Amino acid sequence: MIRRQFLLGAAATVAFAVTHPAFAADTIKVGLVLPMSGPFSQYGQQMQNGIKLFMKEHGDTVAGKKIELVIKDDGGIAPDRARRAVQDLIVRDKVDILAGFTFTASALAAAPMAKEAEKAMIVMNASSSGITEASPYMIRIGQTLPQITEPAGRYAGEQGFKTIYTVVADITAGHDAEAAFIRGLKSTGGEVAGSLRVPAQNPDFAPFVQRIKDAKPNAVFAWLPPGEAAINFIKEFNQRGLAAEGIVMLGTGDLTDELTITQTGDAGLGVVTTGHYSMAHKSAKNEAFVKAYLADYPNEKWPNFLSVSAYDGMAVLYHGLEKTKGDASGPVITEALKGEKIESPRGPIEIDAKNRDIVQTIYVRKVEKVDGRFANVEFHEFPESRDSAAAK
Amino acid sequence: MTIVSGLPHSSRPLASRSGSSRMNHRSVAVDRLASPRPRLFEAVVWLLPAVAYFVFPDNLALGVSIMTYAVAVLALDLVLGYAGIVSLGHAAFFGIGAYAAGLLAANGWREPLTGLLLAGAASLMIGFFASFLVVRGKDLTRLMVTLGIGLVVYELANRLSSITGGMDGLSGFEVSPIFGVFAFDLYGKTAWWYVYGVSLVVFIFLRFVVSSPFGLSLRAIREGVNRMPALGASVNSRLRIAFTISAGVAGIAGGLLAQTTQFVGIDSLSVPRAAEFLVMLVLGGTGRLYGALAGTAIFMIAHDYLADIDPVYWEFWMGLLLMAVVLFARGGIVGALFNLVPSLKARFGRAAQ
Repeated sequence: MIRRQFLLGAAATVAFAVTHPAFAADTIKVGLVLPMSGPFSQYGQQMQNGIKLFMKEHGDTVAGKKIELVIKDDGGIAPDRARRAVQDLIVRDKVDILAGFTFTASALAAAPMAKEAEKAMIVMNASSSGITEASPYMIRIGQTLPQITEPAGRYAGEQGFKTIYTVVADITAGHDAEAAFIRGLKSTGGEVAGSLRVPAQNPDFAPFVQRIKDAKPNAVFAWLPPGEAAINFIKEFNQRGLAAEGIVMLGTGDLTDELTITQTGDAGLGVVTTGHYSMAHKSAKNEAFVKAYLADYPNEKWPNFLSVSAYDGMAVLYHGLEKTKGDASGPVITEALKGEKIESPRGPIEIDAKNRDIVQTIYVRKVEKVDGRFANVEFHEFPESRDSAAAK
Repeated sequence: MTIVSGLPHSSRPLASRSGSSRMNHRSVAVDRLASPRPRLFEAVVWLLPAVAYFVFPDNLALGVSIMTYAVAVLALDLVLGYAGIVSLGHAAFFGIGAYAAGLLAANGWREPLTGLLLAGAASLMIGFFASFLVVRGKDLTRLMVTLGIGLVVYELANRLSSITGGMDGLSGFEVSPIFGVFAFDLYGKTAWWYVYGVSLVVFIFLRFVVSSPFGLSLRAIREGVNRMPALGASVNSRLRIAFTISAGVAGIAGGLLAQTTQFVGIDSLSVPRAAEFLVMLVLGGTGRLYGALAGTAIFMIAHDYLADIDPVYWEFWMGLLLMAVVLFARGGIVGALFNLVPSLKARFGRAAQ
C-alpha cells in the first residue's frame, strides 16, 4: 500500500516535471544590462524609467506571455563586468532576451556570448558604427554616432559656410564623429579649415577656443562627451565672445542633451545640433510620452534620448513577440523584426532589414527658450538617415 | 637557511621582541624556516575552488573572474607585500598582457598557452624597463611613478585606437581550444579549469620565489632598507627583479582575461582598476600570498552579491565592509585569521594536552 502510494507520488512528480517547462515558457525573461551605479548611473536610471514606463502603459503580458525583467549593473564602461553579467543572465538566470547595453564596449564584449547562446540582443544606446555585425541576433534601437553626426556636416555644407573648424574629444568616439562630420560636409561640397582634438579628461578649453577665435571661421563643429566637457566648452565659447562674433556652433545632440541643457543656460542659446530625439519634438506621441514620463518620475528633470531608446526597445520587443506568437528564441525574433517599422516618440523608426541597425529621421535643432525652459527646437530634418560608415 | 617558508612571518619586530620568551620565539622562527613543502591547509585552500566548481555550477563566470584577478593581485603582493613598493600602476601591466594576448589572437595566433606566455613576456619586458624608474626614490615617489606609468599606458592605448580599438575595446577575436581539444564554451567550464590551472602554477612559482633567499632578502629590504647594503646586498637590483617578475605575472593575468572573455576593454589598464587590485590585496592581507587570494575572492563575491541585491547603492555596502575590515581585522582578513590561531592555541592548547 505504502509502496503503491509512493509510486503514485513518483508518477505525479514525473508528470509535473514533464509539464513544468510549459509553466516556465509562460514567462519570457528579459535580461537588462545597464549602468545602475558609478558615474553613468543616471544613464541607467533614464533607461530603466523608459522601460518601466512602457511596461506600465502596455502591460507586462504580450502574446500570452508574462515579461519578467532581470536587471544587472555593469557599472559604466566596464566590458568585463558586462560580459560576466551576460554570462550569468544566460547561464544562471536563463533569460530569453538580452537588452540594454549603454556602451559599445559592453555590447561588443557581450556579443560573442549572445551569438553562441542564440539570444536576441536589443542594444538601446551603444553607438559605435557597425556593432551589429558582432552577432547575427543583435538589433540596435538607439542611434549610431555617424548617423547623427553626418547630417551636421551636410547641414553645414548646405548653409554654405566657407570656413569650418572641428573640435573633438581625443577618444574613439571623437575620431569617428570628426570623420563622419567631414564626410557629410564633403558630400554637400564643403571643406574643413582645421581640426582640433582635445583631451577627453578635464580639458581646459581656453587655448583651443582662443585658437578658433583667432582663425575667425564661420562655424565650429564640436563633439564632446555629454556632461561636464560639453557644458564647459559651450560656456568658454560664449565667454570668449565667439558667439557674439557670429561664429555658429554646430554639434550633435550630445552637446545639448536634455540633462545638461539647463546647466549651459543662456550660453547655449543658438547652438545648432543634430540628433534623433528632442523632448520638444512636435507629435502627439511625444507629448503623451513626455507627460506620462514626468508624471511617473517628477524628480527626473525630463526624459532624454536614453529613456526614449529604452522605451522603443521594449516596443520593438513587444512587436516582435506578437509577430512570433511568443517565440523569444534569437533567430526567430530577429528574423521577425528585420525591416520592422514603428512610430516612436522621436518620430518614425525602422530596423534595417539587412544589418539590423536603426534607421530614423535626424533633426537639425536650435537651442531656444520655450515657455521658460531651454529646449532643442527642430527646424530641419534628414529623413531615413542611416549609418553611412557601416554601409561602406 | 637556504629555503624559507613563504608563510606568514611576523613583520613586526616590535611585537616579536615583546614576545614572552626569547627561546620560544626562536623555535617558532626555526619552524617557519624548516620546510618548503606545502602544508595541509594549503592543499585544502586549493581544493576549495574545485569544490566550488561542483557546488556552484551556475557561478563559473564569477569563479573565472575571481581567479583571473587573483593572479594580478598575487603579482601586486610580490611588490607591495614583499618588496614594499606601493604600486598604483599594476593595471598597466595587466592591460598590456591583455592587449598582447588579444592582439595575438586577433592576428591569427590563436593557441592559448603560448599566447598567454607571450602576453606575460610582453609585460615582463615593459615591466623591466619600468622598474628602472620605479626603484628610484622612496615610497611617495614610487607611488607617483607607478601612477604615471599607468596613466601613460592608458593614454597610449586610447591614442592608438586603430590597434587597440580605443574606448570601444578590442573584440572579434577567437581563441583556439586548449591543446587543440578543449574549446572555450558558453558555460565557462573550459575557461574555469584553464584559469584554475594557470593560477595554481603561478601561485606555486610565486611561493618558490618568496621562500627563496631572494624572497627573504626582499622582506629584509622592506623591513630595513638601510641595513641591507651593509650585508652586501644590492637593494635596487633586487627590487627591480621583483618588480619585473610582478609585471610579468600581472601580464599573465591580463592574458587570461583577454582569452577567457574574448574582449579587451581599455578599463583593464585604468588607474581605478589598479586601485581595485590594491583594495583587494589590503582586504585579504599583504605579504602572505594567501591574503591576495582571499582578498580577491571576498571582494568579488561581496561585489557580485551586493550588486545583485542592490544594483544602485551596492558601493555603499562595499565601502562599509572595507572599513570594517581595515578597522577591526588588522593585517587583512587572512592576517586576522593567522593572529587568531596562536591566541586560540594559547588559550586552549594546554587544556588539550
